[in-house]
Amino acid sequence: MSDHHHGHSHGVYDVDPLHHHPPQPDLEDTPLTHHQIMQMAVAELLIEKEIISAEELRKEIDFMDSITPVRGSKLVARAWTDNGFKDRLIADSKAAATELDMDIGPIPILVMENTPQVHNLIVCTLCSCYPRMLLGIPPDWYKSRSYRRRAISEPRKVLSEFGTDLSNDVQIKVHDSTADMRYMVLPMRPEGSDDMSEEDLAGLVTRDCMIGVALPGSASAS
Amino acid sequence: MTDRRRHHDMGGLEDGPVENKEHNSEPWEKRVDAIRSLLSDEKRNLLSVDELRRGIEDLGADAYDRYNYYERWMAAMSNILLQKNVLSVDELGRKMAEVEARQGNKPI
Repeated sequence: MSDHHHGHSHGVYDVDPLHHHPPQPDLEDTPLTHHQIMQMAVAELLIEKEIISAEELRKEIDFMDSITPVRGSKLVARAWTDNGFKDRLIADSKAAATELDMDIGPIPILVMENTPQVHNLIVCTLCSCYPRMLLGIPPDWYKSRSYRRRAISEPRKVLSEFGTDLSNDVQIKVHDSTADMRYMVLPMRPEGSDDMSEEDLAGLVTRDCMIGVALPGSASAS
Repeated sequence: MTDRRRHHDMGGLEDGPVENKEHNSEPWEKRVDAIRSLLSDEKRNLLSVDELRRGIEDLGADAYDRYNYYERWMAAMSNILLQKNVLSVDELGRKMAEVEARQGNKPI
């Protein structure tokens, strides 16, 4: 049998990559919810109909796990150390990312550069669009009602709730993402980071900096 | 108030402070996401991002409020698969009953 070692009777459970057999709910002793049951049923039907395979599903989950904000921070660190790259990143992030052997997928991501005069912030007021191919899965707060409602009307206040207090003379530009157009923030390189390597610089760039709710930590201890 | 916006269109409305919450995705949430991604790829092309969003918006204000994030995705995705006759109501219902029985859960 060219298949793996699971017998046919267990095949249906292969949709669950983390709990092979015996089948168990995601959380011990917690009955499956209606939607979790629906998820398992839909997965099994799609596999039975050969629309997707269990192998494809496992691979897709592994792929999604591999997409983390480290990708975005690598692009930022390169932009900080190479002005030509920065210009290319802002002009066409997909093309620029290939220079770092990174595929950012088919959906355009616009990179918005912070300057001493302008701070950028991203949101998706209608749903949860997010530069997933650079930052991974969006955090819960990004999808929250309060963030979606208030980021565009009182961004300065929202930023201060994240501990980011900007001077009143800094203009805040908020970018509302859509299904077909995503944004990522290119933060400003912190002062005192002149001697740092590109790799160390990347370590300063957190996910929240690239959403725009935080600023990169200073090179010296903050 | 004569705000004629639909429930998902909430940009600019008032609300309390943003709760800085996050959690690591649960396995079932990752599977919802992965199924969504596979159905959207070039090979299958069964579900665009816009279709999913429309599906989520069409759940209605009540379900939108009650369901959590991936529950909305799952419900919308199932509806779209039913609308496109990829799945039938009957087979989905039977399969859900089967999954539930296998888990030893009491019927809801």
